[in-house]
Amino acid sequence: MREKFFHFHTRVTQIELLGYTARNIKELYQGIKKVPPSSIYHHTHRYLEQHRYFSPEHPNDFSYWITNSLGLRKLGEKIASVDIFQFSDIEDLRKEFLIILDDYLKTTSALRGCLSGEEFRFLSSKIFILPTPFKAHNLEEFSFYLKKVTVHSLYFHIFEARVRLKKADNDFSCWLRDLGYKELAEKISKIDPYTHTLEGLRQKIINFVSEYLHGTDR
Amino acid sequence: MARIDDYRPIVGDQTIDELYLLGERLKNITIQNVNSTPFGGGVAEILSRMIPLMKDLGVDVWWDVIKGDDHFFQITKKIHNALHGIELSLTREELSYFLEVNQENAKSIKKWADIVFVHDPQPIYLVKEKRRLKNKWIWRCHIDFSNPKRDVWLFLKKFIEKYDVSVFSAPAFARKLSIRQVLIYPSIDPLSDKNKELDQKFIDSILERFGIDKQRPIITQISRFDYLKDPIGVIKAFRLVKKYIDCQLILAGGGAKDDPEGERVLAEVREEAKKEKDIHIIHLPPASNLEINALQRVSTVILQKSLREGFGLTVAEALWKEKPVIASWVGGIPLQIAHKYSGILTYTIEGTAHWIKRLVNEPEYAKRLARNGKQHVKNNFLILRQIQDYFLLFLSLFNPQDVVYL
Repeated sequence: MREKFFHFHTRVTQIELLGYTARNIKELYQGIKKVPPSSIYHHTHRYLEQHRYFSPEHPNDFSYWITNSLGLRKLGEKIASVDIFQFSDIEDLRKEFLIILDDYLKTTSALRGCLSGEEFRFLSSKIFILPTPFKAHNLEEFSFYLKKVTVHSLYFHIFEARVRLKKADNDFSCWLRDLGYKELAEKISKIDPYTHTLEGLRQKIINFVSEYLHGTDR
Repeated sequence: MARIDDYRPIVGDQTIDELYLLGERLKNITIQNVNSTPFGGGVAEILSRMIPLMKDLGVDVWWDVIKGDDHFFQITKKIHNALHGIELSLTREELSYFLEVNQENAKSIKKWADIVFVHDPQPIYLVKEKRRLKNKWIWRCHIDFSNPKRDVWLFLKKFIEKYDVSVFSAPAFARKLSIRQVLIYPSIDPLSDKNKELDQKFIDSILERFGIDKQRPIITQISRFDYLKDPIGVIKAFRLVKKYIDCQLILAGGGAKDDPEGERVLAEVREEAKKEKDIHIIHLPPASNLEINALQRVSTVILQKSLREGFGLTVAEALWKEKPVIASWVGGIPLQIAHKYSGILTYTIEGTAHWIKRLVNEPEYAKRLARNGKQHVKNNFLILRQIQDYFLLFLSLFNPQDVVYL
């Protein structure tokens, strides 16, 4: 049975080098096909934590490399526009990238290579999950602790829970739904977290909770 | 020496509290660092700052230094150069002497930890003790490993593969190895002399000492006088800018002493700059960290126009001071700068000149880059992040799965 309080956890990441590289789209395609799911996850989520306050132009490492190192802006934009929020399974996300790259390869006869030293290098990540001392028993405490936790904690409950740990929804919405705050749970569940910075996301959830509390008080 | 809690105002309580949480998980594990020098060089510098902080976090960690004579260190210098891609050969006698000194050191170490953390190639063969001790071993490579000489690489590879895990500083240094390879970026210490906040009076005194005018824009490159840092290219870019903007150039660095090539480069740079009154060539003695800090803080734009680079931590140092940085797209620099987001990446003298003009003429844009750059360093390249990475590395030795609940 689920606990009544929300226990904030945090998670930290260790990056591993896989030793695979790509110099052109064909090699990128081959790499994306063979790397472990944790690598696809890493290259599509890393930017969220590295750039916490401002969203960079390219939301994943593949599109950044395709645009800046290969100079393929149109393909880079296509890869950047993949709606990651729609994919709760990394394997489906992998397939989506492969379809786009395959379409490109079918229509291209000459492969453009990157400069030496700018090869795409595949990485992956291992995660460590830790409990924090913060436990929320009601909405007020939830909002209070949400202001206190690190972005890693926020990241864990929003992204990692859904995509990597394959839960049906983000942890906050699951807990709120259990407590009967169905409307609030749905509202948080509908936020596309990939188009927010982590600090922006934190603020939005805090605002939702505050609006809800204010409304109920009235 | 800074204490762990001194960093709270810089990175916030949450980050330090998370480190304490991780430190607790290492409570019953001992960790032994081994390298080849107690001072001088980047490894000793980072260990001397990091070990007290790890102890503050409750971890039982210590540091041993191996001993060797001049002959041993001549051999290890050769190995170091070969790993950097320099053409040279090592004799069979030299390699066996290298192993012999390692074995003597292994015998003289009286206390071994649960985790032996070996830094760089000099003590690499201590791993021979692993079978007897049945503990965990980590090999940390701090040097640029992108283009090593094959025979030296193969010689070391057989020892590296006896370790449980290897650690490299940049993705480009990854090799084909049968053991795990972990990526841990180097870091800067925000409380060291090179990076700490400085008093304005001190900064002004440095400007006065070097005859620099703070009313006009200052373009700066801090680096050794070395062809690979392209100081002549920097002067050429400056000349292109100077046609339109009344500004000054500072080329400051050390490293020319005991280095015949460095002296030659310095002489060439002085020759190139002598007709130009607004170029300041500043040759700094070792340990001029406060001067470097002040020169960076007073700059309008900071350059790192290297032709080749290892990780290039001077970029992180400049970004930390919230300065707009223009740097070459080489080595570890693109890891620190996302082009047009947290700084500017260029390939050519002309491109560098173009961006200097843009950033001097558009201070708001330059400020935005600098702000993002500082934030990026705060999140990714401070010593606390490196401590966290090391703690995870230690914990990963006992937790092989992809998702670890601690």
